[in-house]
Amino acid sequence: MRSAEPGRNAGSRGEIMEQNNLSRTGLAPTRGERKAIANLEIVPRRHLGRWVTAAVIAVLLALVIKAFAEGDIAWGVVAEFFAAPAILFGLVNTVVMTICAMSLGIALGVVFAVMYMSPNPVIRVVAWGYIWLFRGTPLILQLLLWFNLALVFPTLGIPGLIEVRTVEFMTPFVATLLGLGLNQGAYTAEVMRSGILSVDSGQTEAAKSIGMTRLLTLRRIVLPQAMRVIIPPVGNEVISMVKLTSIASVIQYAEILRNAQTIYYANARVIELLIVAAGWYLIVVTLLQIGQYQLERSFAKGQTHRGNHKPGRAVENA
Amino acid sequence: MPSPMVSIINVSKRFGALQALDEVSLEIPRGAVQCIIGPSGSGKSTLLRCINQLEPTDSGAIFLEDELLGFERKGDKLLELSEGQIAGQRMKTGTVFQRFNLFQHMTARENIVEGPLRVLNRPRGEVMDEAVALLERVGLADKSGAYPAELSGGQQQRVAIARALAMRPKLLLFDEPTSALDPELVGEVLAVMHDLASTGMTMIVVTHELAFARDAASNVVFMDRGRIVEQGLPTTILTEPTEQRTRDFIGAER
Repeated sequence: MRSAEPGRNAGSRGEIMEQNNLSRTGLAPTRGERKAIANLEIVPRRHLGRWVTAAVIAVLLALVIKAFAEGDIAWGVVAEFFAAPAILFGLVNTVVMTICAMSLGIALGVVFAVMYMSPNPVIRVVAWGYIWLFRGTPLILQLLLWFNLALVFPTLGIPGLIEVRTVEFMTPFVATLLGLGLNQGAYTAEVMRSGILSVDSGQTEAAKSIGMTRLLTLRRIVLPQAMRVIIPPVGNEVISMVKLTSIASVIQYAEILRNAQTIYYANARVIELLIVAAGWYLIVVTLLQIGQYQLERSFAKGQTHRGNHKPGRAVENA
Repeated sequence: MPSPMVSIINVSKRFGALQALDEVSLEIPRGAVQCIIGPSGSGKSTLLRCINQLEPTDSGAIFLEDELLGFERKGDKLLELSEGQIAGQRMKTGTVFQRFNLFQHMTARENIVEGPLRVLNRPRGEVMDEAVALLERVGLADKSGAYPAELSGGQQQRVAIARALAMRPKLLLFDEPTSALDPELVGEVLAVMHDLASTGMTMIVVTHELAFARDAASNVVFMDRGRIVEQGLPTTILTEPTEQRTRDFIGAER
Protein backbone atom coordinates (compact mmCIF):
# COMPACT_ATOMS: atom_id res chain seq x y z
CA MET A 1 0.00 0.00 0.00
CA ARG A 2 1.25 3.37 -0.93
CA SER A 3 0.95 5.91 1.80
CA ALA A 4 -1.11 8.99 1.14
CA GLU A 5 0.97 11.95 0.17
CA PRO A 6 -0.68 15.01 1.64
CA GLY A 7 0.34 17.33 -1.20
CA ARG A 8 -0.99 15.09 -3.92
CA ASN A 9 -4.18 14.13 -2.17
CA ALA A 10 -5.17 17.53 -0.96
CA GLY A 11 -8.85 18.16 -1.52
CA SER A 12 -9.64 14.55 -2.37
CA ARG A 13 -10.90 12.59 0.59
CA GLY A 14 -11.98 9.77 -1.70
CA GLU A 15 -8.44 8.93 -2.63
CA ILE A 16 -7.45 8.38 0.96
CA MET A 17 -10.50 6.24 1.71
CA GLU A 18 -10.25 4.02 -1.32
CA GLN A 19 -6.73 2.93 -0.47
CA ASN A 20 -8.25 0.70 2.21
CA ASN A 21 -9.64 -2.01 -0.03
CA LEU A 22 -10.77 -0.98 -3.46
CA SER A 23 -7.51 -1.15 -5.35
CA ARG A 24 -6.38 -4.64 -6.35
CA THR A 25 -3.03 -3.60 -7.61
CA GLY A 26 -2.21 -1.22 -4.82
CA LEU A 27 -3.02 1.68 -7.14
CA ALA A 28 -6.11 3.80 -6.82
CA PRO A 29 -9.01 2.82 -9.16
CA THR A 30 -9.28 5.06 -12.17
CA ARG A 31 -12.20 7.34 -12.82
CA GLY A 32 -13.68 4.76 -15.21
CA GLU A 33 -13.41 1.97 -12.66
CA ARG A 34 -15.18 4.06 -10.06
CA LYS A 35 -18.05 4.75 -12.45
CA ALA A 36 -18.34 1.03 -13.11
CA ILE A 37 -18.40 0.27 -9.38
CA ALA A 38 -21.12 2.87 -8.85
CA ASN A 39 -23.33 1.02 -11.36
CA LEU A 40 -23.09 -2.40 -9.68
CA GLU A 41 -26.12 -3.99 -8.05
CA ILE A 42 -26.16 -3.89 -4.24
CA VAL A 43 -26.77 -7.23 -2.50
CA PRO A 44 -27.98 -6.86 1.12
CA ARG A 45 -26.23 -9.08 3.63
CA ARG A 46 -28.16 -12.27 4.48
CA HIS A 47 -28.47 -12.66 8.24
CA LEU A 48 -28.31 -16.44 8.36
CA GLY A 49 -27.90 -16.58 12.17
CA ARG A 50 -31.13 -14.66 12.73
CA TRP A 51 -33.10 -17.02 10.50
CA VAL A 52 -31.77 -20.07 12.33
CA THR A 53 -32.68 -18.51 15.68
CA ALA A 54 -36.16 -17.64 14.45
CA ALA A 55 -36.69 -21.19 13.20
CA VAL A 56 -35.62 -22.69 16.54
CA ILE A 57 -37.96 -20.35 18.43
CA ALA A 58 -40.85 -21.18 16.08
CA VAL A 59 -40.35 -24.91 16.67
CA LEU A 60 -40.25 -24.45 20.47
CA LEU A 61 -43.37 -22.32 20.33
CA ALA A 62 -45.19 -24.96 18.26
CA LEU A 63 -44.23 -27.57 20.87
CA VAL A 64 -45.63 -25.44 23.70
CA ILE A 65 -48.89 -24.88 21.80
CA LYS A 66 -49.12 -28.59 21.01
CA ALA A 67 -48.57 -29.46 24.68
CA PHE A 68 -51.41 -27.17 25.75
CA ALA A 69 -53.70 -28.42 22.96
CA GLU A 70 -53.12 -32.04 23.94
CA GLY A 71 -52.99 -31.34 27.67
CA ASP A 72 -55.88 -31.92 30.01
CA ILE A 73 -57.68 -28.64 29.33
CA ALA A 74 -61.36 -28.68 28.52
CA TRP A 75 -61.51 -25.78 26.06
CA GLY A 76 -65.24 -26.20 25.92
CA VAL A 77 -65.41 -25.21 29.59
CA VAL A 78 -63.25 -22.13 28.88
CA ALA A 79 -65.70 -21.09 26.18
CA GLU A 80 -68.69 -21.83 28.37
CA PHE A 81 -67.51 -19.68 31.28
CA PHE A 82 -65.84 -16.92 29.28
CA ALA A 83 -68.97 -14.78 29.28
CA ALA A 84 -70.62 -16.26 32.37
CA PRO A 85 -72.53 -13.65 34.46
CA ALA A 86 -70.26 -14.13 37.50
CA ILE A 87 -67.16 -13.59 35.37
CA LEU A 88 -68.61 -10.49 33.69
CA PHE A 89 -69.64 -9.14 37.09
CA GLY A 90 -66.06 -9.68 38.26
CA LEU A 91 -64.80 -7.93 35.15
CA VAL A 92 -66.94 -4.88 35.90
CA ASN A 93 -65.68 -4.83 39.49
CA THR A 94 -62.08 -5.06 38.29
CA VAL A 95 -62.55 -2.17 35.88
CA VAL A 96 -64.44 -0.06 38.43
CA MET A 97 -61.77 -0.65 41.06
CA THR A 98 -58.98 0.16 38.59
CA ILE A 99 -60.62 3.47 37.71
CA CYS A 100 -61.42 4.44 41.33
CA ALA A 101 -58.08 3.40 42.82
CA MET A 102 -56.11 5.00 40.01
CA SER A 103 -58.07 8.26 40.28
CA LEU A 104 -57.44 8.35 44.01
CA GLY A 105 -53.78 7.50 43.39
CA ILE A 106 -53.31 10.26 40.81
CA ALA A 107 -55.08 12.86 42.96
CA LEU A 108 -52.94 11.92 45.98
CA GLY A 109 -49.88 11.80 43.73
CA VAL A 110 -50.35 15.40 42.55
CA VAL A 111 -51.04 16.64 46.10
CA PHE A 112 -48.04 14.89 47.64
CA ALA A 113 -45.73 15.79 44.74
CA VAL A 114 -46.57 19.47 45.24
CA MET A 115 -46.18 19.07 49.03
CA TYR A 116 -42.82 17.35 48.51
CA MET A 117 -41.60 20.47 46.67
CA SER A 118 -43.01 22.92 49.22
CA PRO A 119 -40.67 25.51 50.75
CA ASN A 120 -42.13 24.57 54.15
CA PRO A 121 -40.06 21.77 55.78
CA VAL A 122 -42.95 20.34 57.82
CA ILE A 123 -45.05 19.85 54.69
CA ARG A 124 -42.05 18.31 52.91
CA VAL A 125 -41.46 15.83 55.74
CA VAL A 126 -45.14 14.80 55.78
CA ALA A 127 -44.99 14.10 52.04
CA TRP A 128 -41.73 12.22 52.43
CA GLY A 129 -43.20 10.16 55.29
CA TYR A 130 -46.27 9.23 53.23
CA ILE A 131 -44.16 8.04 50.31
CA TRP A 132 -41.79 6.19 52.63
CA LEU A 133 -44.58 4.39 54.49
CA PHE A 134 -46.65 3.26 51.54
CA ARG A 135 -43.77 2.35 49.28
CA GLY A 136 -41.99 0.55 52.09
CA THR A 137 -44.65 -2.01 52.98
CA PRO A 138 -46.18 -4.79 50.86
CA LEU A 139 -49.50 -3.99 49.23
CA ILE A 140 -51.15 -7.17 50.44
CA LEU A 141 -50.23 -6.24 54.02
CA GLN A 142 -51.75 -2.77 53.55
CA LEU A 143 -54.97 -4.31 52.24
CA LEU A 144 -55.20 -6.63 55.26
CA LEU A 145 -54.55 -3.69 57.59
CA TRP A 146 -57.37 -1.61 56.11
CA PHE A 147 -59.73 -4.57 56.06
CA ASN A 148 -59.05 -5.28 59.71
CA LEU A 149 -59.12 -1.66 60.83
CA ALA A 150 -62.12 -2.45 63.06
CA LEU A 151 -59.73 -4.24 65.41
CA VAL A 152 -58.03 -0.89 66.12
CA PHE A 153 -60.92 1.54 65.77
CA PRO A 154 -64.34 -0.04 66.39
CA THR A 155 -66.01 3.17 65.21
CA LEU A 156 -64.97 5.88 62.75
CA GLY A 157 -66.00 9.51 62.43
CA ILE A 158 -66.20 12.65 64.51
CA PRO A 159 -67.48 11.73 68.01
CA GLY A 160 -70.98 13.08 68.62
CA LEU A 161 -71.40 14.23 65.01
CA ILE A 162 -71.05 11.37 62.55
CA GLU A 163 -70.08 7.92 63.68
CA VAL A 164 -70.13 4.63 61.80
CA ARG A 165 -69.18 1.14 62.86
CA THR A 166 -65.90 0.32 61.17
CA VAL A 167 -66.95 -3.20 60.18
CA GLU A 168 -69.89 -1.79 58.25
CA PHE A 169 -67.91 1.02 56.65
CA MET A 170 -64.82 -0.99 55.78
CA THR A 171 -66.38 -3.21 53.12
CA PRO A 172 -64.08 -5.13 50.78
CA PHE A 173 -64.62 -2.33 48.23
CA VAL A 174 -63.60 0.48 50.60
CA ALA A 175 -60.65 -1.44 52.00
CA THR A 176 -59.41 -2.28 48.50
CA LEU A 177 -59.90 1.29 47.30
CA LEU A 178 -57.97 2.72 50.26
CA GLY A 179 -55.24 0.10 50.02
CA LEU A 180 -54.67 0.36 46.28
CA GLY A 181 -55.28 4.14 46.06
CA LEU A 182 -52.99 5.15 48.92
CA ASN A 183 -50.28 2.79 47.72
CA GLN A 184 -50.59 4.07 44.16
CA GLY A 185 -50.49 7.68 45.37
CA ALA A 186 -47.05 7.10 46.86
CA TYR A 187 -45.69 5.82 43.54
CA THR A 188 -47.51 8.40 41.44
CA ALA A 189 -46.20 11.24 43.63
CA GLU A 190 -42.66 10.41 42.51
CA VAL A 191 -43.75 10.28 38.85
CA MET A 192 -45.58 13.61 39.16
CA ARG A 193 -42.60 15.20 40.86
CA SER A 194 -40.23 14.23 38.06
CA GLY A 195 -42.82 15.43 35.53
CA ILE A 196 -43.21 18.81 37.22
CA LEU A 197 -39.42 19.20 37.50
CA SER A 198 -39.10 18.45 33.77
CA VAL A 199 -40.92 21.70 32.91
CA ASP A 200 -38.52 24.60 32.36
CA SER A 201 -38.56 27.20 35.14
CA GLY A 202 -38.94 29.88 32.44
CA GLN A 203 -42.51 28.64 31.93
CA THR A 204 -43.37 29.37 35.56
CA GLU A 205 -41.70 32.78 35.39
CA ALA A 206 -43.63 33.66 32.24
CA ALA A 207 -46.87 32.59 33.92
CA LYS A 208 -46.04 34.72 36.97
CA SER A 209 -45.21 37.66 34.72
CA ILE A 210 -48.77 37.73 33.38
CA GLY A 211 -50.12 37.69 36.92
CA MET A 212 -50.95 34.00 37.35
CA THR A 213 -51.10 32.60 40.87
CA ARG A 214 -49.17 29.47 41.84
CA LEU A 215 -52.22 27.24 41.60
CA LEU A 216 -53.31 28.58 38.22
CA THR A 217 -49.75 28.24 36.92
CA LEU A 218 -49.65 24.62 38.07
CA ARG A 219 -53.00 23.79 36.50
CA ARG A 220 -52.73 25.70 33.22
CA ILE A 221 -49.02 25.77 32.43
CA VAL A 222 -46.95 23.25 34.38
CA LEU A 223 -49.13 20.13 34.63
CA PRO A 224 -50.21 20.07 30.95
CA GLN A 225 -46.55 20.17 29.94
CA ALA A 226 -45.52 17.70 32.64
CA MET A 227 -48.09 15.28 31.18
CA ARG A 228 -45.73 14.40 28.36
CA VAL A 229 -43.32 12.99 30.93
CA ILE A 230 -46.04 11.70 33.28
CA ILE A 231 -48.32 9.82 30.87
CA PRO A 232 -46.01 6.93 29.87
CA PRO A 233 -45.19 5.79 33.43
CA VAL A 234 -48.74 6.44 34.68
CA GLY A 235 -50.06 4.46 31.72
CA ASN A 236 -47.85 1.58 32.77
CA GLU A 237 -49.15 1.93 36.32
CA VAL A 238 -52.77 1.81 35.17
CA ILE A 239 -51.94 -1.45 33.45
CA SER A 240 -50.25 -2.73 36.62
CA MET A 241 -53.29 -1.63 38.59
CA VAL A 242 -55.63 -3.78 36.49
CA LYS A 243 -53.59 -6.77 37.55
CA LEU A 244 -52.99 -5.59 41.13
CA THR A 245 -56.73 -5.55 41.78
CA SER A 246 -56.50 -9.36 41.77
CA ILE A 247 -54.73 -9.13 45.15
CA ALA A 248 -58.02 -7.85 46.57
CA SER A 249 -59.33 -11.41 46.18
CA VAL A 250 -57.71 -12.13 49.56
CA ILE A 251 -60.13 -9.72 51.26
CA GLN A 252 -63.15 -11.01 49.35
CA TYR A 253 -63.50 -8.22 46.84
CA ALA A 254 -65.47 -9.82 43.99
CA GLU A 255 -63.19 -9.08 41.07
CA ILE A 256 -62.50 -11.46 38.16
CA LEU A 257 -59.97 -13.70 39.85
CA ARG A 258 -62.05 -14.01 43.01
CA ASN A 259 -65.14 -14.97 40.99
CA ALA A 260 -63.18 -17.41 38.85
CA GLN A 261 -61.95 -19.03 42.06
CA THR A 262 -65.49 -19.21 43.45
CA ILE A 263 -66.54 -21.07 40.32
CA TYR A 264 -63.63 -23.51 40.32
CA TYR A 265 -64.12 -24.31 44.00
CA ALA A 266 -67.54 -25.59 42.86
CA ASN A 267 -66.67 -27.34 39.57
CA ALA A 268 -62.95 -28.12 40.03
CA ARG A 269 -62.10 -26.74 36.57
CA VAL A 270 -59.15 -24.77 37.96
CA ILE A 271 -57.01 -24.25 34.85
CA GLU A 272 -59.98 -23.53 32.60
CA LEU A 273 -61.22 -20.72 34.85
CA LEU A 274 -57.75 -19.31 35.31
CA ILE A 275 -57.49 -19.18 31.51
CA VAL A 276 -60.82 -17.33 31.38
CA ALA A 277 -59.54 -14.76 33.87
CA ALA A 278 -56.20 -14.44 32.04
CA GLY A 279 -58.06 -13.86 28.76
CA TRP A 280 -60.05 -10.99 30.26
CA TYR A 281 -56.99 -9.38 31.82
CA LEU A 282 -55.26 -9.51 28.42
CA ILE A 283 -58.26 -7.94 26.69
CA VAL A 284 -58.49 -5.08 29.21
CA VAL A 285 -54.73 -4.45 29.14
CA THR A 286 -54.65 -4.44 25.32
CA LEU A 287 -57.44 -1.86 25.21
CA LEU A 288 -55.58 0.27 27.75
CA GLN A 289 -52.39 0.12 25.71
CA ILE A 290 -54.24 1.47 22.69
CA GLY A 291 -55.68 4.26 24.84
CA GLN A 292 -52.25 5.07 26.25
CA TYR A 293 -50.83 5.42 22.75
CA GLN A 294 -53.60 7.86 21.75
CA LEU A 295 -53.17 9.89 24.94
CA GLU A 296 -49.40 10.16 24.49
CA ARG A 297 -49.95 11.51 21.00
CA SER A 298 -52.43 14.15 22.11
CA PHE A 299 -50.19 15.43 24.93
CA ALA A 300 -47.17 15.63 22.63
CA LYS A 301 -48.74 18.64 20.89
CA GLY A 302 -46.49 21.62 20.46
CA GLN A 303 -43.48 19.45 21.14
CA THR A 304 -42.58 18.53 17.58
CA HIS A 305 -41.82 20.50 14.47
CA ARG A 306 -44.50 20.15 11.87
CA GLY A 307 -44.28 20.39 8.10
CA ASN A 308 -44.69 24.03 7.17
CA HIS A 309 -42.08 25.63 9.40
CA LYS A 310 -39.83 28.03 7.54
CA PRO A 311 -37.28 29.46 9.95
CA GLY A 312 -36.44 33.10 9.41
CA ARG A 313 -39.16 33.65 6.81
CA ALA A 314 -40.39 36.79 8.53
CA VAL A 315 -37.06 38.61 8.32
CA GLU A 316 -38.43 40.85 5.55
CA ASN A 317 -40.79 42.45 8.02
CA ALA A 318 -37.92 43.90 10.02
CA MET B 1 -46.02 67.15 38.22
CA PRO B 2 -47.23 63.54 37.85
CA SER B 3 -45.29 60.83 39.68
CA PRO B 4 -42.80 58.89 37.56
CA MET B 5 -43.91 55.53 36.15
CA VAL B 6 -41.22 53.72 38.13
CA SER B 7 -39.19 54.91 41.09
CA ILE B 8 -36.41 52.67 42.33
CA ILE B 9 -35.00 53.88 45.62
CA ASN B 10 -31.87 52.45 47.28
CA VAL B 11 -32.60 48.88 46.18
CA SER B 12 -30.14 46.19 47.25
CA LYS B 13 -30.14 42.47 46.54
CA ARG B 14 -27.63 39.87 47.59
CA PHE B 15 -27.23 36.26 46.41
CA GLY B 16 -24.98 34.60 48.99
CA ALA B 17 -21.63 36.34 48.70
CA LEU B 18 -22.59 38.21 45.54
CA GLN B 19 -23.92 41.76 45.94
CA ALA B 20 -26.11 41.74 42.82
CA LEU B 21 -27.64 45.18 43.45
CA ASP B 22 -25.98 47.76 45.67
CA GLU B 23 -28.15 50.76 46.62
CA VAL B 24 -29.55 51.30 43.14
CA SER B 25 -31.78 54.33 42.59
CA LEU B 26 -33.45 55.24 39.31
CA GLU B 27 -36.52 57.16 38.18
CA ILE B 28 -38.26 56.36 34.93
CA PRO B 29 -40.79 58.93 33.64
CA ARG B 30 -44.03 57.99 31.93
CA GLY B 31 -43.47 57.06 28.26
CA ALA B 32 -39.70 56.79 28.64
CA VAL B 33 -37.57 54.13 27.00
CA GLN B 34 -34.96 53.34 29.63
CA CYS B 35 -32.08 51.24 28.32
CA ILE B 36 -29.78 49.50 30.77
CA ILE B 37 -26.39 48.38 29.50
CA GLY B 38 -23.41 46.83 31.21
CA PRO B 39 -21.27 43.72 31.35
CA SER B 40 -22.83 40.37 32.31
CA GLY B 41 -23.18 39.96 36.05
CA SER B 42 -23.53 43.70 36.53
CA GLY B 43 -27.03 43.35 38.02
CA LYS B 44 -29.08 44.56 35.03
CA SER B 45 -31.30 41.49 34.85
CA THR B 46 -31.59 41.28 38.64
CA LEU B 47 -32.92 44.85 38.64
CA LEU B 48 -35.64 43.83 36.14
CA ARG B 49 -36.43 40.72 38.16
CA CYS B 50 -36.85 42.87 41.25
CA ILE B 51 -39.20 45.25 39.41
CA ASN B 52 -41.53 42.40 38.39
CA GLN B 53 -40.94 40.69 41.74
CA LEU B 54 -39.51 37.44 40.47
CA GLU B 55 -36.85 38.25 43.09
CA PRO B 56 -37.74 39.94 46.39
CA THR B 57 -35.53 42.91 47.27
CA ASP B 58 -33.39 42.81 50.41
CA SER B 59 -33.81 46.52 51.11
CA GLY B 60 -35.02 49.66 49.42
CA ALA B 61 -38.33 50.27 47.65
CA ILE B 62 -39.74 50.14 44.16
CA PHE B 63 -42.86 52.08 43.20
CA LEU B 64 -44.99 51.60 40.11
CA GLU B 65 -46.66 55.00 39.82
CA ASP B 66 -47.82 55.51 43.42
CA GLU B 67 -47.99 51.85 44.40
CA LEU B 68 -45.26 50.27 46.54
CA LEU B 69 -44.38 46.90 44.96
CA GLY B 70 -44.15 43.69 46.95
CA PHE B 71 -44.64 45.18 50.41
CA GLU B 72 -47.09 47.07 52.52
CA ARG B 73 -46.15 49.65 55.09
CA LYS B 74 -47.11 48.89 58.70
CA GLY B 75 -45.69 51.58 60.97
CA ASP B 76 -41.92 51.54 60.48
CA LYS B 77 -41.86 48.09 58.86
CA LEU B 78 -42.43 46.84 55.33
CA LEU B 79 -44.47 43.63 55.36
CA GLU B 80 -44.24 41.22 52.45
CA LEU B 81 -47.48 41.00 50.46
CA SER B 82 -49.30 37.71 49.91
CA GLU B 83 -48.66 35.73 46.78
CA GLY B 84 -52.07 36.69 45.39
CA GLN B 85 -51.44 40.39 45.98
CA ILE B 86 -48.07 40.17 44.26
CA ALA B 87 -49.70 38.36 41.32
CA GLY B 88 -52.17 41.25 41.14
CA GLN B 89 -49.33 43.78 40.99
CA ARG B 90 -47.45 41.77 38.36
CA MET B 91 -50.37 42.07 35.92
CA LYS B 92 -49.50 45.76 35.54
CA THR B 93 -46.03 45.05 34.16
CA GLY B 94 -45.33 42.90 31.13
CA THR B 95 -42.07 41.00 30.82
CA VAL B 96 -40.28 39.81 27.71
CA PHE B 97 -37.65 37.20 28.49
CA GLN B 98 -34.34 36.41 26.84
CA ARG B 99 -35.45 32.82 26.16
CA PHE B 100 -38.99 33.91 25.07
CA ASN B 101 -40.63 31.44 27.51
CA LEU B 102 -43.71 30.97 25.38
CA PHE B 103 -46.05 28.32 26.75
CA GLN B 104 -44.90 25.37 24.68
CA HIS B 105 -48.22 23.51 24.71
CA MET B 106 -50.21 26.46 23.39
CA THR B 107 -50.44 28.03 19.96
CA ALA B 108 -49.37 31.63 19.39
CA ARG B 109 -52.93 32.85 19.87
CA GLU B 110 -53.53 30.68 22.96
CA ASN B 111 -50.36 32.15 24.49
CA ILE B 112 -51.72 35.65 23.96
CA VAL B 113 -55.26 35.04 25.27
CA GLU B 114 -54.24 32.99 28.31
CA GLY B 115 -53.66 35.98 30.59
CA PRO B 116 -56.67 38.08 29.55
CA LEU B 117 -58.96 35.03 29.79
CA ARG B 118 -57.70 33.31 32.93
CA VAL B 119 -56.23 36.17 34.94
CA LEU B 120 -58.35 39.16 33.90
CA ASN B 121 -61.47 37.03 33.22
CA ARG B 122 -62.38 39.12 30.21
CA PRO B 123 -65.02 37.91 27.70
CA ARG B 124 -63.72 35.40 25.20
CA GLY B 125 -64.93 36.99 21.96
CA GLU B 126 -63.38 40.36 22.76
CA VAL B 127 -60.06 38.78 23.81
CA MET B 128 -59.89 36.67 20.66
CA ASP B 129 -60.40 39.72 18.41
CA GLU B 130 -57.73 41.56 20.32
CA ALA B 131 -55.31 38.65 19.89
CA VAL B 132 -55.76 38.82 16.13
CA ALA B 133 -55.03 42.55 16.21
CA LEU B 134 -51.94 42.01 18.38
CA LEU B 135 -50.58 39.30 16.09
CA GLU B 136 -51.07 41.67 13.17
CA ARG B 137 -49.26 44.39 15.05
CA VAL B 138 -46.17 42.18 15.49
CA GLY B 139 -46.42 41.00 11.88
CA LEU B 140 -47.54 37.43 12.59
CA ALA B 141 -51.19 37.41 11.56
CA ASP B 142 -50.65 34.15 9.65
CA LYS B 143 -49.05 32.34 12.62
CA SER B 144 -51.93 32.40 15.10
CA GLY B 145 -52.32 28.60 15.05
CA ALA B 146 -48.61 27.79 15.19
CA TYR B 147 -46.99 26.22 18.25
CA PRO B 148 -43.79 27.85 19.55
CA ALA B 149 -41.69 24.92 18.31
CA GLU B 150 -42.87 25.73 14.78
CA LEU B 151 -41.73 29.35 14.97
CA SER B 152 -38.29 30.89 14.56
CA GLY B 153 -36.69 32.60 17.54
CA GLY B 154 -37.59 36.03 16.20
CA GLN B 155 -41.20 35.01 15.64
CA GLN B 156 -41.39 33.50 19.14
CA GLN B 157 -40.07 36.69 20.68
CA ARG B 158 -42.63 38.76 18.78
CA VAL B 159 -45.42 36.49 20.04
CA ALA B 160 -43.98 36.93 23.55
CA ILE B 161 -44.21 40.71 23.13
CA ALA B 162 -47.82 40.35 21.98
CA ARG B 163 -48.53 38.15 25.01
CA ALA B 164 -47.14 40.83 27.33
CA LEU B 165 -49.15 43.57 25.55
CA ALA B 166 -52.37 41.57 25.83
CA MET B 167 -52.39 42.26 29.57
CA ARG B 168 -52.45 46.01 28.77
CA PRO B 169 -49.50 46.70 31.05
CA LYS B 170 -48.41 50.15 32.20
CA LEU B 171 -44.81 49.13 31.85
CA LEU B 172 -42.90 46.65 29.68
CA LEU B 173 -39.68 45.02 30.82
CA PHE B 174 -37.31 43.52 28.25
CA ASP B 175 -34.60 41.22 29.59
CA GLU B 176 -32.01 40.97 26.79
CA PRO B 177 -34.76 40.28 24.25
CA THR B 178 -32.42 39.69 21.32
CA SER B 179 -29.49 37.91 23.01
CA ALA B 180 -30.79 34.41 22.26
CA LEU B 181 -31.52 35.17 18.60
CA ASP B 182 -29.55 34.38 15.47
CA PRO B 183 -28.11 37.67 14.15
CA GLU B 184 -30.43 37.76 11.13
CA LEU B 185 -33.51 37.60 13.40
CA VAL B 186 -32.55 40.47 15.72
CA GLY B 187 -33.88 43.16 13.37
CA GLU B 188 -37.49 41.98 13.31
CA VAL B 189 -37.72 42.04 17.11
CA LEU B 190 -36.04 45.43 17.41
CA ALA B 191 -38.46 46.77 14.78
CA VAL B 192 -41.43 45.78 16.96
CA MET B 193 -39.75 47.39 19.96
CA HIS B 194 -39.10 50.60 18.02
CA ASP B 195 -42.75 50.63 17.05
CA LEU B 196 -43.80 50.21 20.69
CA ALA B 197 -41.46 52.96 21.84
CA SER B 198 -43.03 55.33 19.33
CA THR B 199 -46.51 54.67 20.77
CA GLY B 200 -45.48 56.05 24.15
CA MET B 201 -45.24 52.73 26.04
CA THR B 202 -42.95 52.98 29.06
CA MET B 203 -40.19 50.44 28.55
CA ILE B 204 -37.16 49.26 30.49
CA VAL B 205 -34.81 47.44 28.16
CA VAL B 206 -31.76 45.50 29.29
CA THR B 207 -29.78 45.07 26.10
CA HIS B 208 -26.46 44.58 24.39
CA GLU B 209 -27.83 46.27 21.26
CA LEU B 210 -26.08 49.63 21.58
CA ALA B 211 -27.55 50.71 18.23
CA PHE B 212 -31.05 50.22 19.60
CA ALA B 213 -30.13 52.16 22.74
CA ARG B 214 -28.79 55.01 20.60
CA ASP B 215 -31.87 55.17 18.35
CA ALA B 216 -34.73 54.42 20.71
CA ALA B 217 -33.69 55.17 24.28
CA SER B 218 -34.69 58.32 26.05
CA ASN B 219 -32.14 57.56 28.74
CA VAL B 220 -29.29 55.07 29.10
CA VAL B 221 -27.93 53.65 32.34
CA PHE B 222 -24.57 51.91 32.52
CA MET B 223 -24.34 49.38 35.36
CA ASP B 224 -21.35 47.53 36.73
CA ARG B 225 -20.99 45.33 39.84
CA GLY B 226 -24.50 46.04 41.07
CA ARG B 227 -24.20 49.84 40.86
CA ILE B 228 -25.26 52.48 38.41
CA VAL B 229 -21.97 53.89 37.16
CA GLU B 230 -23.45 56.65 35.06
CA GLN B 231 -26.58 57.62 33.20
CA GLY B 232 -27.73 60.20 30.73
CA LEU B 233 -28.87 60.77 27.18
CA PRO B 234 -27.93 57.98 24.77
CA THR B 235 -25.69 60.26 22.74
CA THR B 236 -23.76 61.25 25.87
CA ILE B 237 -23.39 57.77 27.37
CA LEU B 238 -22.66 55.99 24.10
CA THR B 239 -20.33 58.51 22.50
CA GLU B 240 -18.69 60.57 25.24
CA PRO B 241 -19.06 58.79 28.59
CA THR B 242 -17.28 60.40 31.52
CA GLU B 243 -16.42 57.20 33.43
CA GLN B 244 -13.50 55.04 32.37
CA ARG B 245 -15.48 51.80 32.98
CA THR B 246 -18.22 52.94 30.62
CA ARG B 247 -15.67 53.88 27.99
CA ASP B 248 -13.99 50.45 28.28
CA PHE B 249 -17.33 48.66 27.98
CA ILE B 250 -18.54 50.62 24.98
CA GLY B 251 -15.16 50.30 23.30
CA ALA B 252 -15.26 46.52 23.75
CA GLU B 253 -18.85 46.17 22.52
CA ARG B 254 -18.11 47.95 19.24
